[in-house]
Amino acid sequence: MIEPGLVKIPEITVPQEGSGPVPEAHVATEPSAIRMFLQQRSAGRWADSAFGGLMLLCALSIFVIVLLIIFVLVANSRLSIHQFGWKFFKGDQWDPVSGDFGALPFIFGTVLSSILAVIIAVPLSLCVAIFLLDICPRPLRAPIAFLTELLAAIPSVVYGLWALFILVPIIRDQAGPVLEKYLGWTGFFIEPNFGVGMLTASIILAIMIFPVISSISRDVMKAVPIHQREAALALGATRWEMLRMSVLRNSRLGIIGAVILGLGRALGETMAVTMVIGNHPDISKNLFAPGYTLASVIANEFSEATGDLYLSALIEIGLALFLVTIVVNAIARLLVWAVTRGESARHA
Amino acid sequence: MSGSRPERSATMNRLHELRRSVVNHFVTGLAILSTVVVLVPLVAIVGYLIYKGASSLNLAFFTHVPAPVGQPGGGMANAIVGSGVILGLASLIGVPVGIFAGVYLAEYGQGTHLGNMVRFTADVLNGVPSIVMGIAAYSLIVAKQQHFSGFAGGVALAIMMVPTITRTTEEMLATVPHAIREAALGLGIPKWRTVLSISLRTASAGIITGCMLAFARVAGETAPLLFTAFGNQFWSFDLNQPIAALPLQIYVYAVSPYDEWHRLAWAGALVLIAMIMGAVTLVRIFSNRGALQGGH
Repeated sequence: MIEPGLVKIPEITVPQEGSGPVPEAHVATEPSAIRMFLQQRSAGRWADSAFGGLMLLCALSIFVIVLLIIFVLVANSRLSIHQFGWKFFKGDQWDPVSGDFGALPFIFGTVLSSILAVIIAVPLSLCVAIFLLDICPRPLRAPIAFLTELLAAIPSVVYGLWALFILVPIIRDQAGPVLEKYLGWTGFFIEPNFGVGMLTASIILAIMIFPVISSISRDVMKAVPIHQREAALALGATRWEMLRMSVLRNSRLGIIGAVILGLGRALGETMAVTMVIGNHPDISKNLFAPGYTLASVIANEFSEATGDLYLSALIEIGLALFLVTIVVNAIARLLVWAVTRGESARHA
Repeated sequence: MSGSRPERSATMNRLHELRRSVVNHFVTGLAILSTVVVLVPLVAIVGYLIYKGASSLNLAFFTHVPAPVGQPGGGMANAIVGSGVILGLASLIGVPVGIFAGVYLAEYGQGTHLGNMVRFTADVLNGVPSIVMGIAAYSLIVAKQQHFSGFAGGVALAIMMVPTITRTTEEMLATVPHAIREAALGLGIPKWRTVLSISLRTASAGIITGCMLAFARVAGETAPLLFTAFGNQFWSFDLNQPIAALPLQIYVYAVSPYDEWHRLAWAGALVLIAMIMGAVTLVRIFSNRGALQGGH
């Protein structure tokens, strides 16, 4: 502590206006002792720019990572790109023995399983988001929110393990026959049903993307100004009418963003899907039939791929997956940002 | 209302009110029901995992390497240690890069075009499938070296950690009041000291939370390790060799046809979840003590 008497406060002379010419700039020619001391101790300018440069370098490394991934994937799939061109994405033959590669069955499997998962997960997620925001009694709110976020912390391989030993038997023995009996006429549920297939994969995907959609849509709903809710309630709206008119309508862009983000997650999900989808390149509208996705064909066949063309075809599938998820995520991020103004884009 | 529409009878009015009230209660019920429906798989997964895992867990699991096919017993000691080695390497690379990039976004690039682009790229990178990271690390490192290695696995996981850490660091730094920074700068302390000793220290609890969450997220990743770390049935600490990892071992055992291996897979899953949950819970306790709270 410095005693008051020891520090001399320099007198500041304020130049009077209109009292002759303003004297030459006489501002702090001599830096204060404290400042000189501090500048000596921590070589200011040089260290500052070096530190700033290091930070900038790390920030730029994120660009470098993305560019490097694209470069490496393109470079390593050159062989397949030259050989097949756009036909790669139209061909439905996947025959490593004769060297004929077409990715259509995998695209079909990825798109179908992800869309089914989104269809299952979205209504549930929105209901849970509404429940946690408006209906749930306050003491229960934090524990239930924590539990739903716990779902996000479970690793993919553990979901796969559970699905393989619990969900598959349930679909095979209990749910399958019922679905076949009542909905068999639609052509979506036709025996034989081994339990592994598109339906099981979609259900496990739905469970996995639920926390993403739920927590982000809760954030965007929270971002709706409280006045909007109060106005609706003051007009005599019931709770549902208030939610529909002021909350859901105002946050619909953000909710769409959350759904697309969930879709992006589902498109790239690998382990759990690989374990239960059956891994057979089929294009069929029968949901009991086994399928194959872009991610799971890589996981299954990459380490045993023989021959350069086979490997480069698999890497091209990875490149396609990368580009698709980048586009999907970019759209979703922009939508969520548009609503929350970048405040809460931490999740996912 | 009554001006533009014909007058309603009292009964109609009552019916209308009734319909609104019924719809309201129906939606409330639906929301409660779906929350219950969602909590069922969670409870089922965790409950079954604890039941199956705990009944298969024993001391040998933590001390032995996997037994050859057909022999009972064996454990995953090498996989637990291997996971630790890979995750340690990933943190060593990913944490500093992620934190520094976050510092750039919060302290230097606030509001600039470059800053916004970096932030956006980080968010997008966050959503890239983990298997793509695996292929990238394979093509960059494994294909060049001509052999699988723990190092490649660590790099793949490090890349996955960076965007998460960057974004949480930035958000935590953004909560540090400007007055504190200005006070430091006003004393003539250079910016780099201000960032290190004032901003980062004030936000440290939240930043540690972010790092632990990123760690927990990559700890369970399997896909990026499939063709980088590859897995190993024996003890190995050599980062230049294939190395065992817990999630990989769980995957291999789960899809195998042997009951004994299924049992070990459940035990492994329980240990993995316990480790991840432990990390997350620790973070919650820790972050609740700091000046600036992290987490959700």
